[in-house]
This record gives sequence, structure tokens and C-alpha cells, in this order.
Amino acid sequence: MRKENGKWRRIRALMIKEMHQIRRDPSSILICLVLPLILMFIYGYGVSLDIDHLRVGLVLEDTSPDAQSFAQSLTDSRYFDTHIARDRRFFTEEMIRGNIRAVIVIPSYFSSFRNRPENIAPIQVLSDGSEPNTASFAQNYVQGAWSNWLQQESISRDLKGLPLVRAQSRFWYNEELESRYFLIPGSLAIIMTLIGTLLTALVIAREWERGTMEALMSTPVTITELLIGKVVPYFILGMISMFMCVAIAVFYYDIPLRSSILVLGVISGIFLLSALGLGLLISTLARTQFVAAQSAMVAAFLPGFILSGFIFEISSMPLPIQMITTVIPARYFVSSLQTLFLVGNVWSLIIPNALAMLGIGSIFYLAAAHRTVKRLD
Amino acid sequence: MLGRIFTLIYKEMLAVWRDKKSRFVLIVPPILQLMIFAMAATLDVKNVPIAILNRDEGAESYELLQRFHGSPTFSHILYLDSMHEIASAIDNQKAVMVIHIDAQFSRNLRADKTADIQFILDGRKSNTSQIVQGYASSIVNQYNRDFARRVNIPQQNTEIFPRTWYNPNLLYYWFNVPNLSGILTMLIALTVTGLSVARERELGTFDQVLVSPLQPIEILIGKTVPGIIIGLMEGSIIVAAAIWIFQIPFEGSLLLLYLSLFVFVLCIIGVGLFISSLCQTQQQAILGTFVFMTPAVTLSGYATPIENMPDWLQHATVINPLRYYLVIAKGIFLKDMPASIVFENIWPMVLIALFNLTGATWFFRRRLE
Repeated sequence: MRKENGKWRRIRALMIKEMHQIRRDPSSILICLVLPLILMFIYGYGVSLDIDHLRVGLVLEDTSPDAQSFAQSLTDSRYFDTHIARDRRFFTEEMIRGNIRAVIVIPSYFSSFRNRPENIAPIQVLSDGSEPNTASFAQNYVQGAWSNWLQQESISRDLKGLPLVRAQSRFWYNEELESRYFLIPGSLAIIMTLIGTLLTALVIAREWERGTMEALMSTPVTITELLIGKVVPYFILGMISMFMCVAIAVFYYDIPLRSSILVLGVISGIFLLSALGLGLLISTLARTQFVAAQSAMVAAFLPGFILSGFIFEISSMPLPIQMITTVIPARYFVSSLQTLFLVGNVWSLIIPNALAMLGIGSIFYLAAAHRTVKRLD
Repeated sequence: MLGRIFTLIYKEMLAVWRDKKSRFVLIVPPILQLMIFAMAATLDVKNVPIAILNRDEGAESYELLQRFHGSPTFSHILYLDSMHEIASAIDNQKAVMVIHIDAQFSRNLRADKTADIQFILDGRKSNTSQIVQGYASSIVNQYNRDFARRVNIPQQNTEIFPRTWYNPNLLYYWFNVPNLSGILTMLIALTVTGLSVARERELGTFDQVLVSPLQPIEILIGKTVPGIIIGLMEGSIIVAAAIWIFQIPFEGSLLLLYLSLFVFVLCIIGVGLFISSLCQTQQQAILGTFVFMTPAVTLSGYATPIENMPDWLQHATVINPLRYYLVIAKGIFLKDMPASIVFENIWPMVLIALFNLTGATWFFRRRLE
């Protein structure tokens, strides 16, 4: 019984020590409160996959009414910011500059071919492949504008039977196709990774560097107590900034939250624990702040950004890299966040994700404890 | 004076190189990052799982679906049995798109009526699902044309011929690797210069440098040159890897690329010195580096294009040196960018570099004196 009491007393003392340290060190406050605000701002405004005003060049080598009517349908579309010229050379330099993402060419023989059924009147779409995603969108949008134009044409020309198969698309959970609806929930995962991993990695590496960790080790505190004493205060700090970010997402950016705050909190808590665990592990391995910061970037922040499915689709990656993503907790968190915000409680998705994060997280803690014990001898 | 500066540069390089861990940090992560990012950071749409609910029994729907099976984009196709399964396929991310064909499909087609099909897409991944929808629509369009030809329905004889310049197969890493030559160089140059003073301050060796006969400006140069050298080396490694490992075409002038890289590194060194002179501890310097890096990368056109941002933010990106370097890197690699356009993008970087370096010098000296 006395032993138990001693244990809790020690943990409490450690936590109090840590709290003081947090309060007196401006950089922890900076990481937990200011950095998330900056990141929410940058991700909210700066990261967008919505292409509304695609700058395209339209080369009208043919000025027949037919070509004009297609040109009209492009200039009317809200997706294009169309510049018109007679000569395609006019746009070549603008393409190299990157000012124009695609050039649409209506050749001089367009309308004469169109009046002869044995020929096909071509429309050429030249897109700038140095931005592959924009290039795909440019081609899709032109294709879409062209199909619409054809439909109108066939009505006015009284051609029957077009289209034969008509595909109607519905985008569930995000009808307006706003990329921020999934980017902002995803960015919460990155912010959490950052707070969890960078903060603990730096703070503990500093203790190693200054030698205060050795001092702690010489006290009766056990490894488990030490880890708990370190993790709990930063966990609380991390959860505070998590809820701050959720509030910004919901009230400032108007992202729907279709799950409950409770489920969101529990899932975030599980993820934060694994991020803190990674931070602990990095700091015990690295021992200096320089190396700890670099490793936190490499092992947590960049994978969180690139390998989590936040922007880049995991299923498009090569298989070996897809396998790497399965050990990155952020992957499960990003998918859970997007689902919790936009869909709701899809338990068949959330529970496996939560279990995966728990599993990976406990490996981090076991490894961290193992390393620390070894160093004590 | 030159001798003193040279000694200091030599000392700085040794300080970075002798420490086993910091040597490791300079070499291994950038190469790992290059390899992983080049392959992983892709907005390509490949191997997308889709699901099909076909309630029609005619040959027409079977033929349409065969075309989806034939497309390399859709390698995982799941068949559903009832309407209830649509929601669960989408919700659990088993499929990005569900194609729903109703029971009237073949009958409508044979009766010369429009046959409707539905694409249900996962809006949680709006970028992927829009591209998937584009592919699916072009399959349907092609089917329509072939069907019309077969049953002799008069067709509009016009067609779109898409072509892609500079990157005919739309390979994402052709875009990615030239960009990484800027981003990873920036990361290294910033870390080396940003942390060097702070580390010496923490270890107490900076006072020793201060009491030496070195002038502040000499200390400044001694701290700057190693960052430039290491940054340029890093950039060269990535450019070499791009050409020989990734086999990305290099169309433009190597000289122009190096000139731009040099000016770009100068801009970054200026930022690094600012951070160095402001920060007392390594931890602050690391945070400073991070606070600069994140917006610089996010708002450079790397993750998502600048033209998608709100107007006021687009204007704000003119002070971001990375933005110009990325245009040049992609331009020289893929587009054989002529010198005149390269210089259009270099001069803003020259201005930024001048501003950063003079500002940092002034600040650095004020902090020392």
C-alpha cells in the first residue's frame, strides 16, 4: 500500500515539475498554441485542389460560326479563364512561363471537316505536363465543356439519339467538391503529429543534453513512472490544441462535423498517444536536440504530410511504399478524421483504424522503455 | 583577413562533419526523402478500387462494363448485389466510385432512348474522384460513339485529341524531383546556417569566437559560406539523381540552373542568418526554421498550384523565393526554358537575397556589438 502511494506521489511530482517547465518555456507554448494557428491558417487558405479559373489559351485558326460557338461555350464556363488568339505560337512562350496551363486548338479546317461526314473534325488540347494534376484536370474540363457543347449542338441541329448512355455523377459527402472539406480535417493529423512528436522529442532531448535526465534517473523513479510523468502533461497540452483546431475547423472554416465531439476526442487521444510515443522513442535514441529535431521531421512530420493520404492518394503509390504507410499512425488518423468530419461514425472503419494506432503506439512505448532501461545500466 | 575567414569556414565544415550524428542527418534523410517523396508524393490516379452494381441483364451493359475491366486505371473491381451495399462500399473506402446500372439499361438502349447510369463518388477524396469521374466519362463517351456507329445513328463528327507537352505520360515524379531539388536544398541550407550560431551559443564556444580577432563581418562570412557550399552540394546530388537515377529529361542549360540555385541558396542563407541571430537556443532555432519552412513549401506551388489560392494569398507568395526557383527548375528540366524567362524569375530572387542578406548582416552585427 505504501509502495503504491509512493508511486503516485512520484508521478505527481514529475508531472508538476513538467508543468512548471512547460509554463516557463516559451517554446512549448509556441509549439502548442501558436504553431497550430499558423498551420491551420496556411493549410486552410494555401492548400487547395479546387481549380476554378484554369488559365487556358484558345487558338481559333477557324472563325466559322461552328468554331465560334464552341469558343463561346469555353468562355462561358466558370472553370476557364480563356485567352483567345489566332496563332498557336502566341501561347508557346506563355506555356513555358507557366502562365497558361493548356492550349486548345481549333484548326483551320475544322468546319469544312465538320460538314463532311467521312471526316472527323479535330479539336486539339495541349496541356502543360510539368504540372501533371492540373494537366489532367484541364483535359477533363475541356472534355466536359465539349460534351455539353455537343449536346446543345445536337438539340439545335435536331440530331436524334445523343447521348445514348448518359452518366450522372453524384459526389457523396462533399457535393460542392470543396477540397478543403477533406484537407482541413487531414491537416489536423499533421498538426497533432507535430505537437506530439516534435514537442516531446525536443523537450526530452534537451534533458539528455543538459544532463538533467541523469539526475532524474538517479532518483527512485522507475522507467514507467518517468514515461507517465512525461507523457501526461504533454498529452493534456496536445488535446487542448486539438480542440482549439477542431473549433477553428468547424466555426471558422465551416467544415461539417458529422460525428460527435466525444468520438473525435477519443480517436484523437489515441493518435496523440502514439505520436507522443514516437517522440519519446526519438529523444531517447537521439539524445541531442539537433538530431532529435531532424529525426522528428523525417520520422513524423514528412511521413505525416506525404504518406498519410492527406493530399496524396495511398493507392497510387508503388507497393513497397504502400507497405511503409501501414506502420505510420497518421495514415489511420487521416482516414478516421475525414470520415468523422464528413460521414459520421462508420464503426467498421473507425474501430480497425483505432486498433492499428493503438498497436503501433504501444510498440513505440515498449521500444522507448526498453532503450531507456538499457542506458541506465 | 582572408586567412582568418578561411580558417573559420574550415572549422565550421569540420564541426558539421566530425559529429557523427549531424553528418548522418545531413546525408541519409535527404536521400531517403528524395527516394520516398519522388515515388510517394503523387497525385496520379492508378489502381483505384471501384465497385459495380449492375441490375441489368442485357449484353449492352456487359459490354460497357468490360471496358472498365480493360482500363488500367481500375484494377480492383468489386461487384455489389444490392442497393444497400453502395453506402457501405463508399463509407468503408472499399471503392472510390460505384457504377450503378439500373434494370432498364439495355431495354432503353434498344428502344433508342437515353439509358441513364449513375456514378457515385467518394467526396472525401474530391481530387481523386474527379479524375476517376473523368476517366469513367471518357469510357462512356467512347462506348457511345462505338454503339452509334454500329446501329447507324448519325453522329457529330468531331473529336477531342488530347496531348501533353513536356511530360507526355503525365509522370508525376517528373514534376516532383525537380521541385525536390529546391525543397531539400532549402531544408539543408536552412538547418546548417540557422542552427550553427545557436549551437555554439549553447555550448559556450561562441564567446570564444567573439574574443578572437575576428570581425563580426568575418564571423558572418564564415557562418554563411559553409551553408552555401553544403546547399549547393545537396542540390547537385539531387540534380544528378534526377538525371541518372530517375532518368528525367534535362532539356535546358545546366549553367542557368546552377546560377538560379546559387541565388536561391543565398536567399535561404539570409533567412538562416536571421534565425541564427534571433535565437538563443537550438530549440528556438529549430522552431524558427520550421515556422519558415512550412509556409515556404506550402505556398510555393509544390503541394498545390498557386493559382488555386485566394487572390490576396497569391500576391503574398511573391516574397517566397522557393516559388521562383520551382518555376525555373521545372522549366529548365522539362521545358528547355530560354534564358530570358529564367531571368524573369531570377531577378525577384536577387532582390530577396539582397534584402535578406543586408538585413541579416545588420541584425547580426547589432546583436554581436
